[in-house]
Formats: sequence, structure tokens, C-alpha cells
Amino acid sequence: MIAGPLIRSLDRGATIFLTICAAATILIPALNLLTPESFFLHVPTYLVALFGKYVCYAILALSIDLIWGYCGILSLGHGAFFALGGYAMGMYLMRQIGTRGVYADPIRPDFMVFLNWPELPVYWYGFNYFAYAAVMILLVPGLLAFVFGWFAFRSRVTGVYLSIITQAMTFALTLAFFRNNFGFGGNNGLTDFKDILGFNVQAQATRASLFAASVIALAICFVICRAVVTSKFGKVLVAIRDAESRTRFLGYRVESYKLFVFTLSACMAGVAGALYVPQVGIINPSEFAPANSIEAVIWVAVGGRGTLTGAVLGAILVNYAKTTFTSGMLAPYWLFMLGAMFVLVTLFLPRGIIGTWRHWNAERQAKLSAAREDGAAVGEPTARPAE
Amino acid sequence: MRMIRDRLVACLLALGLMLAALPANAQSFQEGLEKFTTDSFGDTDDGITAVATSGHAQAGPVILALQEGRLAYDPASKRVFIKTASAVIDAATGQPAASVPADLKTVRLNNRVRRSIEAAIGGLNLLSPDAGKRLAAALAVFKSHEAAALPALNTAIGKEGEARIKRALEEARASVLIFKSDAPETDRLDAISTLRARGDQEALALLAGLPADAPANLKKSAQDAITSIQNNLAIWASVQNAWYGLSLGSVLLLAAIGLAITFGVMGVINMAHGEMVMIGAYVTFAVQETIRTYNPGLFDYSLLMAVPLAFLVSGAIGILIERSVIRFLYGRPLETLLATWGISLILQQAVRTMFGPTNREVGNPSWMSGAFEIGQITITYNRLWIIVFTIAVFVGLLALLRLTPIGLQMRAVTQNRSMASSMGIRTSSVDALTFGLGSGIAGIAGVALSQIDNVSPNLGQGYIIDSFLVVVFGGVGNLWGTLVGALSLGIANKFLEPFAGAVLGKIVILVMIILFIQKRPRGLFALKGRAVEA
Repeated sequence: MIAGPLIRSLDRGATIFLTICAAATILIPALNLLTPESFFLHVPTYLVALFGKYVCYAILALSIDLIWGYCGILSLGHGAFFALGGYAMGMYLMRQIGTRGVYADPIRPDFMVFLNWPELPVYWYGFNYFAYAAVMILLVPGLLAFVFGWFAFRSRVTGVYLSIITQAMTFALTLAFFRNNFGFGGNNGLTDFKDILGFNVQAQATRASLFAASVIALAICFVICRAVVTSKFGKVLVAIRDAESRTRFLGYRVESYKLFVFTLSACMAGVAGALYVPQVGIINPSEFAPANSIEAVIWVAVGGRGTLTGAVLGAILVNYAKTTFTSGMLAPYWLFMLGAMFVLVTLFLPRGIIGTWRHWNAERQAKLSAAREDGAAVGEPTARPAE
Repeated sequence: MRMIRDRLVACLLALGLMLAALPANAQSFQEGLEKFTTDSFGDTDDGITAVATSGHAQAGPVILALQEGRLAYDPASKRVFIKTASAVIDAATGQPAASVPADLKTVRLNNRVRRSIEAAIGGLNLLSPDAGKRLAAALAVFKSHEAAALPALNTAIGKEGEARIKRALEEARASVLIFKSDAPETDRLDAISTLRARGDQEALALLAGLPADAPANLKKSAQDAITSIQNNLAIWASVQNAWYGLSLGSVLLLAAIGLAITFGVMGVINMAHGEMVMIGAYVTFAVQETIRTYNPGLFDYSLLMAVPLAFLVSGAIGILIERSVIRFLYGRPLETLLATWGISLILQQAVRTMFGPTNREVGNPSWMSGAFEIGQITITYNRLWIIVFTIAVFVGLLALLRLTPIGLQMRAVTQNRSMASSMGIRTSSVDALTFGLGSGIAGIAGVALSQIDNVSPNLGQGYIIDSFLVVVFGGVGNLWGTLVGALSLGIANKFLEPFAGAVLGKIVILVMIILFIQKRPRGLFALKGRAVEA
């Protein structure tokens, strides 16, 4: 029933993308687990975790591309939804530690014992069940986005004003989560995880499975995004992006469209955060920092906004560059590079990598067909320009 | 035999002294001195009281020597000496001792004795001809409320001519009387009203310490005084909060006022605004370093030199950014935001590379350090100067925009670009100048903020979000809105802090602004218009 429009929504690029996802899901864990370390294609475990991290960032970038690229909402607070999903997962992982913590308390996590909390706060209840945590991963960021968006879009806060208040939102959350008495571990955050669903988080097989799960989640999010943007609903979103007032005057309830897509995007960011936390082993309030959210926006800009695949490509490329540069001698220059990337991409590559490539392609196609028509007119129907 | 002889000598000495130094209590002075020779803390304590109240010319030097551990005695002859670097002085006469016994022992001290010494010095200084010393002594007695100082206080109050010191003396006496259960009740009631008139935290502590065995009406009067002081203090606390709020508000205004030009007037989202502030602070640092190296005498003028320099440096960087990046992005606010964020990263890293990642020390010139008191609140000079400075910058900017030709052109270009262009205004150079002006003012703000904040590459990051909120809250394109926005945010923040704590107070403010922007998306003082944007 849903499958029909979903499949129809996939063009050639999307099919290639999904094929790559499927290959990565199978190949990378297989090369990690089944091949000996001496094998030249062997993927070491640290790389699996690193790729897993990139894939989570890619999901975050995808969620930003959905609202920025297709609806013109530039959120500078998407890191907040990412971190909230991460905290929900972190709370589940903390409850799984049980008596293996430093203070061996069966119920309370270590930091609560350390801070003399007499009992588990109510909002920590239920996080010992994975299903409950999984619901919260979607619900908490979604609810925050819904409430925030409901206020913001209804009163027609748009453009840079929206960007600034989303930034203020994530800044407020940073401050809040840094507080010890907020009940989320203060500035140390949540860490020292042991098990996920009964498997050791440090184990090689678990890491490979988490990677596979992340790629599958990326593929699912991508398909959902494709389905949204290729539907009639998606056309209205693009109309809102390009001329909001006109769309409103045509009779569309702009705020409902924006609210839906903003909430959906926040849920995706939450999922990304939840998959991110077990792979990096820690979640702390610095994830809320406004700088992180802006950095995520630049991934989308580099890859090409409004292209979906571009967001994924941008996230992976920029983060790969970051890993390469920050681990070597060039570490002091990374911020110069990142800063230059912000400036150069906005000035010279406003469409991003994928966007520019598609643009060239489209121009070439137009030239090709123009040439073909010219050729037909002269009477050489088989003439084809050389590739 | 020897003992008798010593006694005889002592008696003769005492007699001689009585005749010589005379008037009052040479007797008690001599007795006091003898108490120092018994090697018992209790006796030493009594000796201090006796010497201090004797009014003897040698009392001061003896007590001081005791405090500094230079007072020694000869156990055999029971004579007391003051040791100085060059000589040994006979305590009783103040003349160098003719013969110094071999085994001099130092008079030992413990904490109780030290306290008595301090009180005694206080009592001695009460009669000093130096007004500053008298005041300090009165304050010392007020702190220690040593009963022994009472006679000296009474004498001093009788003689005191200066009203300010007299009040301090009376308060000191009140602090003694309130604990003195054998004092007449009327005196103690007077003491309570004196303390009530003083009305600060210390008076409150004294009144609360009224002994439990005090008479009922005394207790009641003290209780009334406590209530009155507490009410008074609550009012002062609000005044203090308002002052802190004003101070924070002026800092916010200073940080945001440049942004009110670039964002408010030009509509350019400049995320590198905080870095302009940071550069201003580093210019101050560089100026101070140069002065320290070449001419330390000019240090007090370092800020005066830094202000125009910071304006020029930040302004020049601003114009460079406008010419090289921002002018290609007019009409694309979201792209401008990202590009200027990139610039802010580059500037931060550049400063980190040049000056190192750690905090650099920027000193206060002498006219900005210290504090003074008004009523129950303390006002530091640096905060006061920053408020004055902020007002000056605000007024100056307002005048520039209102009264000068360039201000007129700036307003013309921002209000109607094509019309201004038709009138022959070079809009692109006006853009560059306006952006330079906003950046330069951010640089000036950096000079002021270097006085109260850590000068590090991250300085600007702390202000950027606040600045944007101030501008958006106050209403874009309106300097007065920025003023009201900054001051109300500052004051609201400081009034919330006592209830909610610093961090939670800030969160509450952020949430309130977010809600406020939902209600009035164009800020407090929105420009009225009919335009529908895109």
C-alpha cells in the first residue's frame, strides 16, 4: 500500500544510494568480522566505529536537509534534538549497567550515588526497558520540536529570527544539562556503558551490528525523506521555501506543513543521536553546543542542500576531513579550513557538490537535446556528439 | 636578700616614676609591667589592661613591642625591657637600659593575649592625633567589642571633634555596651538605637547576639531594631540588584550596540561580531604590553589609547570582511550567517595562533580599580566607568546617525537603497562604512569588556548569542530598542539570580525571550510597516 509511492519516489540517484547502503551494511561488518587481520581488505574495529559515527552524522545532515533544503527552515538548534535522542539512549544504557558501576548500586547510576540522590527521579523510570527508551528517542525530540515549532510557526517567526531562537534554544539546553541537579550527570554526562540489549557495547560484533543498524536507519530515513519530498506535500514545502506568503495566500496552511516537517526532522535527528551514543560511548552537554549545530548545517551546504544524497555525502566528507586533519600535524589549521569551507562554499558553491553536479548534468542534457534537434533539422538523425 | 633588694629597687623606681612621669596611673602602669614577668598568660592579659588604661607615655611602645614579640623580662629582677634592632630599652623609662641582664626571656603570647593586645592598641589609638588612626581604632573596637576599651571610648567621645569619627566611636561604644550586662539599662537602650541607626549586617549580627539574660524591654527593643534593619537591608538588596542589573545591562548594550548597526540597520547577520569584540580586547592587551615595555608611566592612559586603536583595527577588519565576502551575499541572510560564522572561526584561530590559547592578562588602570560605598552597597569603579562609557558610546552613535552627513547617508541607504542611489549616494561605499562602523564599535566594546572578562580567543563566543537576543528583543533597526532591551534583560537577570541561581536564571531569561519573540516576532519596538516579506 505504502510501498507503491515509496518505490516510485526513487530515481536513479536514490537507487544508487540505496545500493551503496546495502553494500556497506553487508560488506563492512563482514570484512571486519570474517576476515583475518592480515587480509588486505580487513576493516579494523576502530574504523567500523568511526564509519558508524559518520553515518549517524549523515542521518543528522539528512534531517537538516529535509527542513532547510526543501522548506527553507534554517535550524541552528538541530544538535539539540540529536543530543536529546542521545541522552534517551544514554539513560537506557546507564540503567543497563546495574551493579557493575563503581558504587554497585542496582538502581541509581553512579553520578546519583555520588551526588547523594536518595532515589531515582521519576523521569528516569522506564528507561530500563529498551522499548520504552526507543519510544522516548522519537518522542522527546519530536515533542520539543512540536511545541517549539507550534509556537514559532504559528506566530510566523521566519528566516534568521527562527535561526536565532533555535540557537537560543540549544544554548539554554546546554546550560540546563550542565547543571548537576538537572539529573543527567552534569558536565560529565552519561558514560561508562556496558550492555546494549544484553550484548557488550565494546564487543567487535556489537560494534559491527551497530554500524549495520546505523546504515539501515540512514537508508530508512532517506526513503522517508524521498517519499516526503516527491509527494504533493513535498511540492507545497518547496513552494513555502520559495514564496511563503504566496503559498499562504493560495490557501495552504503554511504553519501545519512546516510543523509536520520540522517535527519529523527532529525525530530523525533523535534517532541519529541514539545510534551515535553507543558507538562513541559517551553523551555530555557539549553535544548541545550551538557550534555543533552550525557545523552540521555546513555539511549540508557542502554536499548540496535540497538534494538529500548531498547532505549524506557532505556529512561524510567534512567529517572525514575533520578526522584526517585534527589527528595529524595540521590540527591547528583545521579551524582555518572549516572556516574557509563556510565562506567558500557559500560564495562559490551555493548549490553544493551534488547540486552543482546535477546542474552541470542538466545543462549538458539540455545542450545534448538541443544539438539533437539541430541535427534532426539538418537531416542527420544518427549524429551523436562524442562523450 | 636579693628579693628584698629587687623589691626596694622596684619601689624606688615606681616612686621615681610617679614623681617624674606622673599624673594618673603610673602605679597601674608599673603593676602592669610586673604582671608580664610571671610567665602566665592570665597575668599577661591583666598586665595589658593595666598598661593600656594607664595613660602612661610608655604604654604604646610597650604594647606594640609585646605584639611583635620584642618584649622581654628578666625573671630575677622582674624588670621589663623592649628589644630593638640596635639596643635594649628599659620599658619603664623608655631610655636605653644601663645594664642588660644575661638571661632575658621573651613574654609569651597566645591567641587570647593577642586579642587583648589588639583591643588595647585600639584603645590607645582612640586618642591618637591622627584622624585616620582614630577611625581605624573605633572600627577595630566595634569589631572586637572589648569591654576594656570602654573608658578610653568614653574619653575619646568627649574629645572627638569630627562628626564622622564621633559616630564611629559611639557605634563602637554601643557594640561594647550591648554585651555589658552591668551597664545601666538606659545606656544599653541607647546603644540599641545607635546600632539600629547604623542598620547594616554587622549591626544585625550584634543585635542578634544580645545575651539571653538581658531584661525584657531591652530584648523587645532589640527585636524591633532587628526587624527595622532587616527591612532596610531588603531595600538595599534591591538597590544592589538593580545596580548589578544596570551593570550587566550596560555590558550587554555595549556588546550588542555594534550589532544593532550591522544587523539592526543593515540587516546583515554577522556571526563574527563577537570576534570583533575579542579583537578589541586583544588590541587593549597589545597596547598595554607595548606600554609596559617602553613606558610604564603611561599605563593609566592605556585604555584611552586603546579605544581609538581598537575602533580602527576592528573597523578595518569589518570593512575588509564586507568588501570581500558580505557584499556578495546581500539579500541572502541565511548564507550570510554561515559565511560570517566561518569568518568567526578563522578569526578565532588566527588570534589563537598569534597570542596563544590561554587567557592574556589585561590590567586595570589605577582610576578603574577600587570601590566606594553608598549606603549598604559597594560600587566598584570599573563597573561605574563601563556604565559611563556605554552611555557615551550610545549617545555618540546616536549623534553620528542623526547629525552627521555620513549618518544621514547611512539612514538613507538602509531605508530606500534605490532612491538613495538615484540621489547620488555611493551605496556600496556607504555599506562598507556602515559595516565598518558597527565592527569598530564592537572593537570599542572589547576595550571595556577586557576590564571585566577573561581575554581569550573565546571571548566573543560568550557574547554573540546574548547580543543577538538583545537586538531581536529590542526590535530590529532601532537603537533605543536595543538600549531598553539590554537594560531590561540585565536587570531581569540579576533579579532572578537570587531566587533561581545564576545558570537557571539565565535559562529562564532565554526561555522568556524565546516565548516573547513568538508573541512579537519583530521585537519590543518594531518598525511599523505594511510590507509582506517574500
